[in-house]
This record gives sequence, C-alpha cells and structure tokens, in this order.
Amino acid sequence: GVSAETPSKSLAMNEDSAAPTPTRPTGKSKQQLNIRAELEKRQGGKPLLNLVVIGHVDAGKSTLMGHLLYLLGNVNKRTMHKYEQESKKAGKASFAYAWVLDETGEERDRGVTMDVGMTKFETDSKVITLMDAPGHKDFIPNMITGAAQADVAVLVVDASRGEFEAGFEAGGQTREHGLLVRSLGVTQLAVAVNKMDQVNWYQERFRDIVSKLGHFLKQAGFKDSDVFYIPTSGLSGENLTTRSKVADLTAWYTGPCLLEQIDAFKPPQRSVEKPFRLCVSDVFKDQGSGFCVTGKIEAGFIQTGDKVLAMPPNETCTVKGITLHDEALDWAAAGDHVSLTVTGMDIIKINVGCIFCDPKEAIRACTRFRARILLFNIEVPITQGFPVLLHYQTVSEPATIRKLVSVLHKSSGEVLKKKPKCLSKGQNAVVEIQTQRPVALELYKDYKELGRFMLRYVGSTIAAGVVTEVKGSTYPPFPTKHIVILYSSAFFDIAS
Amino acid sequence: MKLVHKDIEKDNAGQVTLIPEEAEDMWHTYNLLQVGDSLRASTIRKVQTESSTGSVGSSRVRTTLTLCVETIDFDSQACQLRVKGTNIQENQYVKMGAYHTIELELNRKFTLAKKVWDSVVLDRIEQACDPAQKADVAAVVMQEGLANLVLVTPAMTLLRAKVEVTIPRKRKGSCTQHDKALERFYEAVMQGILRHFSFDVVKCILVASPGFVKDQFISYLFKEAVRQDCKILLENRSKFMVVHSSSGHKYSLKEVLCDPAVTARLSDTKAAGEVKAFEDFYKMLQQEPDRAFYGLAHVERASEALAVDILLISDKLFRHQDIATRSRYVRLVDNVKENGGNVRIFSSLHVSGDQLNQLSGVAAILRFPIADVSEAEEDSSSDED
Repeated sequence: GVSAETPSKSLAMNEDSAAPTPTRPTGKSKQQLNIRAELEKRQGGKPLLNLVVIGHVDAGKSTLMGHLLYLLGNVNKRTMHKYEQESKKAGKASFAYAWVLDETGEERDRGVTMDVGMTKFETDSKVITLMDAPGHKDFIPNMITGAAQADVAVLVVDASRGEFEAGFEAGGQTREHGLLVRSLGVTQLAVAVNKMDQVNWYQERFRDIVSKLGHFLKQAGFKDSDVFYIPTSGLSGENLTTRSKVADLTAWYTGPCLLEQIDAFKPPQRSVEKPFRLCVSDVFKDQGSGFCVTGKIEAGFIQTGDKVLAMPPNETCTVKGITLHDEALDWAAAGDHVSLTVTGMDIIKINVGCIFCDPKEAIRACTRFRARILLFNIEVPITQGFPVLLHYQTVSEPATIRKLVSVLHKSSGEVLKKKPKCLSKGQNAVVEIQTQRPVALELYKDYKELGRFMLRYVGSTIAAGVVTEVKGSTYPPFPTKHIVILYSSAFFDIAS
Repeated sequence: MKLVHKDIEKDNAGQVTLIPEEAEDMWHTYNLLQVGDSLRASTIRKVQTESSTGSVGSSRVRTTLTLCVETIDFDSQACQLRVKGTNIQENQYVKMGAYHTIELELNRKFTLAKKVWDSVVLDRIEQACDPAQKADVAAVVMQEGLANLVLVTPAMTLLRAKVEVTIPRKRKGSCTQHDKALERFYEAVMQGILRHFSFDVVKCILVASPGFVKDQFISYLFKEAVRQDCKILLENRSKFMVVHSSSGHKYSLKEVLCDPAVTARLSDTKAAGEVKAFEDFYKMLQQEPDRAFYGLAHVERASEALAVDILLISDKLFRHQDIATRSRYVRLVDNVKENGGNVRIFSSLHVSGDQLNQLSGVAAILRFPIADVSEAEEDSSSDED
C-alpha cells in the first residue's frame, strides 16, 4: 500500500522526530539531513567520486591506472609478480600493469580492454571509484555505459611521434571519447599526456599537444579552467603518485602529479533528496537466494529491506543486501556504485538497462519520446525513419527517428524551420524517437543526469540529446504522488 | 516460378498459369494478387456427406476451385499464402458464392485472371520466372548477448531466429560467470544455425559482429563440431565467412552486404544492389538536396517535369488495395520509364526496403535540380498521433 510504507521508512531513519510524519516532503528533508550526515560519517569526511578513464586505443589507459593502483599499494606485490611472469610468458611483458584491470582471458590474450574494468582507491581527500574504459571503436557502447556513470574523467593520449596524431584525427577515438564524455555531463577533465618518456619529456611536444587538444576540448564545451594537463609515463610510473624527479621534466614542469590532480577534482552535488533511481549495468546470480544487480545510484538512497520497482518490466522486489566495493552495508546513496541482492523477482525479467526506482515515485517507461538533439559531424543526412541505436544510461536499444519536428537556432533555441526534409551535421533539432521496446527514462528538466542520451549509427556517434517530452504508450504506475500530497497537507494542518 | 501458360494483353484482361517452386515464389504471388482478381487452384474442402441412412458425416475432398479474391494473407515466417474469396464457378462440392480459403501449395499450378494487367505486375511475373542463379545467403549478425539469424534471398530477408541472453560483465576477481554465460550463448547460436539454415540451399554463411565476438564464435563452433563430430558443419566449413559489423542488430545487415569482401564472393545479391541504390540516394541528398526527392507528391511533380533519373519505390505501395491509389503509383512508374529513367522496385522484406517504407515508400534521384518549393503545411506524409 501507499501510506503503509512511508511511516516505517521515515521513522527508521528518524528516531528523534516528535510527531509521526508519513509526509514525503518533511519526512524526506529530515532524512536528507541525516543521510548526508551518514554519508559524511561513513566516508570519514572523504566524498565519493566516480572517475572514468578514456582515450584512443593503445594510449596506455589500463597500464597507467594499473601502475597507479600498484604504487598506491592496492595491488599485492605477489599478485603483481605473478602478472609480470605470466605476461612475459605470453609475450606481452609490457602489459603486466594492464592486467590489474583487464581480467578476462580474451582481454589478456589480445591485449585490449573490452569492457569497463572497475575498482576503487583512495586519495588524500577522496574515495575514487575507478572505471577503465575500452578505447577500441567497436567497444564504444561499453565505454558509454561507463562514462554515463562518471562524475569526472581522465583522458589519456599517447605523446609518441605519430601516435597522438593517429588518435586525434578523424578515425581515432580521442575526439569521439572527448565529445561523448562531455555529452554525458562530465565537466572536469584531467588529460594525461602519456608515454612522455618515449619523447624524452620534451616540452615542445607537450605544449603542442596541449594547444591542439585545448582547442578541441573548448569547442566540445569544456571550460579551460576545468581541464588540466599532466605529463606522465604509465609504464615507468613517473609523475603518477608522486611528483617526478626526472631532470628532463622538472626543468620545465612544476605542476601536480596525476594523483594530486585527481584529488583536486571538485565532487559533484548528489541528489540524495530526489526519489531513488538506479540504472542496472550488470545482472548475475550470486550464492544464496535471489540475484544481484550492479549499478550506480543516480538519485535518492536505498536501505536493506526496501521495496523497489523495476521499469520497464514493472515488477517489484525487495532489497536483501547492499554491497559497496566488496563491503556489506545497510544503506547507500546517490553517487554510490553498488551491488544489490534482491529477492522476490525472476532474474529473467531483469536485463542491463532496467532502472530500479522508488515504487511511490516511479520512473516512466515509453516507446516514443520527443527530444532536442545536437548533431555531430555526420556523413549521411538524417531523414524520417532513420534507424539509429539509442544509448541511454546502460541501455542500448534500436530505434527510429519517427519525426523531424523542427530545426532550432544553435544559441537562441528559436525555431528556424518546421518539418525539415532532412537534418545535417552541426544542426540543433527537435525530433521524435521511437524505440522497438519500452525504455524507462526521465525528462532532462527533472533529472539532469537521467535526461541525456546518445544516438549512434554504423559504429559512430551521430548525435547527443536531452529528453524533453514523453509520448506514445507509457505505463506509469498509479499516480501515488497526488495522494501523498493530499495526505501531507492534511497532516500539516493537524500538526500546526 | 514456372510459367505454364500466358494469355495477356497489356492493359487488358487476361490470365496466366504459374507453378510456384520455392518459398520466394509465394512472396511474388502475394505481390501479384489483387482484390477482385480470380484465382483458380487445387485445394481441400471439407464436405458434408449425407449417407442413405440419413447420418451426416464429413470428409475432406480435393477439388479445383475458382475464387473471386477478397482477402490475402501472407505469413512471412512460414512463407505461406492464404487467399479467401467467393466461389464463382460451378463445382460439385461448393455452392456458387460460398466462401473458401485457398492455401497455395508449392508445386501445384494455379491460374490468375485479372481485368487489367499493368506493367508492374507483368515485370514481376518476368522476375519470378527468371531461371537465373539465385543466391541464398545466411547471415548471423551478433554482439555479446544478442544474435540475429537471418536468411537473405533475392526478394526477402527473413529473420529465422533471435538469441538474446544477459551476459554478466567481468567483475573484479571473478570472470567465470561471464565466460560461462558466453559459452551458453554460443551454444544457443550454434543450435540456431543447425536448426534454421539448410546447408544445401545456402551458398554462404556470414558471421558478423563488432569486436572479436565473431572470431570467438567461429572457433567455438568448429571446436564443438569436431568434438560432437557434426559432419554437416565440418563439410560446409568453407561456406562460413567472417565480416565486421557495427552491432548485432538486424539493420547492421545492410553494412554487411555492402562489405566489398562479401560482394566479391556473392555474384548476384539483389539485396546488395538495393542497398547500393539506397546509399546513392542518401549521398545525393547530402551533396545536392535539390536533386533528391522523397514523398509521393514531390516525386510526382519531379516526374511531370521529366526530371526523374532513378526512381526508388517500395513494393508495399503496389499491394495497396485501393485501385485508384495503386494506379497512381503505376502511372508514376510508367511515366518514369517512358522518359528514359530507371525504376528500382524495393522489396519490403529487405532491410533497405524497410527503411524506404519509413521514408514514405517512394524516392527519386533527379537529372537536374528542382527548386524545393515545399511548404511544410501541405505535407502529405501521415501525421498519426
């Protein structure tokens, strides 16, 4: 039932409130204070940051982060030694550090990251959830899932002769990753100019890369003050956790090392007070009854024993356990990347892309919606009926552009042309998108983090957009919001 | 399809007798039939018999009926055609005007009579009876956790099976669940291949995916084939071909068919030809938008101005049961042909035909640009909401 749940929940968090407050607004705000206090307490004053590592294939992302983790002491010396031996045997000696994050046999055999590798580490003032994304063009869908959950990013570029150029030109991933990560809401970026030892820490090379990248990143929408450039060498470990002492570098570079820069990132505001939302990025069966789902909590918070609703399947289940970085917890809040053990639902019904939400303020699912999109450098013009791949949070669903509603002016947003014949690169437009199967999504104006999506076609990203309106078939659950508000106003009168 | 007898005058009444030989011929027949035509074929009728003692029994009798066509149903999965109509010829088992549904069968002749035989229909008969080599291609378009098994014939793309499995991602310290689920997925795809593709008909089997899934799958497939001693797979090993695609969804088939390695291997795939024509249209739309039109009203105007060089039209429009609309399309096709233009009729069952349908079903590449005086208000495309 509606009202039965709220009192117990608010009371559980709220032992010192005088009158029973089943009202969502006041009850929640008291909880919000508490939850924030709890969050602070749990992290010992260290806020949580989700970091994604991106960049062109072979820029050295996995090696860079693997070595960083090792230097921080997060990798057992014996394990590291084992990786060194095995990788040498496999003829991939230089990949030893990458093996910390590339764990599947396939990845090690081929020396490529194929799926996002996730782990955690701590800096002086932050707790970082690290996501190592694949750089290869074919694995961009996996990279998008990782980047959608990130707050900040580290872009790795290879400083070696010709390599930076290869990654930065049209076919490389440096640009696409930069654009993607910006379109997904990341505003702070640290650029690791890697393999500097290959160019003898030559300042001119560094400056050249900084100026080319800086120009591009600014166009992509990053503020100059939010982008930082750090020269590094992932393989030798220079300038990762401590400032390098290499004479060639210290002669001209006096800035921070990579770890210091990561520590200096500003943590984003978490919407703990909004209704609970978690995007499922993995489903698997663990020991015991029920099954596990992994994902980032985008809004609100969750406690063991809570009932949650999964959309679009429209099924409820109970949260039996919460795990954050292999630690069992009683509760978790927005920003946490958790594993939930749930019972009361068939595992078949849930797949990657489902969104778990608060049953009382549920997310909508639909097959058709209206959105404002910005087109990237596309080769083919977009016409009505164009087939695309919709990437929304962890979902990737085939869809068609049903209607071309209008073309907008890039800065002012006013309508330039209604019902255009086709759309070309660089345009700002309003379109209607229809998906094959229902997708659960939120409007951009309600949830900034949950209102963005990307459109891809034949292996490249063609547009980024925000959801403006939900149309077509939706099956929202019973509008409990209205009842709760009525309820609360009644109680308000009594209380006052 | 075999042509047995033809007695037709263009734009006049006439009849034709055909024998469908394969599944695709059912699709061609579906495109030939119109409401109001008369169809004569052998069929089975359940007949009530009354014996001399008065007891009623029913038996099934094979007889030849001539129907006036009222409804046409095509099941694309089974490639079966069911035609319902009223009896218009004296028959010892069926009364005049009684309803009956004929299910057309392979290798049994039927006779189709029409009041008007237009150019489009005559073309289709030619096409269907063409004894030229027909390439049947099977394709498995896949990505991690999703596979579409598709059969591509000259006129149809049939989705034979879809395998969708949730594969847990790799997690710190534990990859076994991922690997196990992946193996189960490959097993399911392998079963799908064995069950749905008949190796004597299929000339080539494409396996396409982004990343390394296709290579992993092929090595799994043949490892299992050796282990289970599956002769049919081992014998047809040379037919398998590995190609790159950007995703495992059905529309990625377009890219696969455009791949040069594939086109070199397959001599004639009508599907690939259609895809190329469609790509050309898009290129024109991007480079010179005034030379690429779509939508019936626009294309008709272009045709009146004798500007159409290549006309792309979907066969869905010719299955329109409203005679006036249909003849409008036929007139368009005839016009373009008379003025030296090329007409390409796209099959709705192919991926490119499907996309053309979304784009209103008719598009044209012009010889010279025509100023686009299109007003959005009088857009004829449908606006359902």
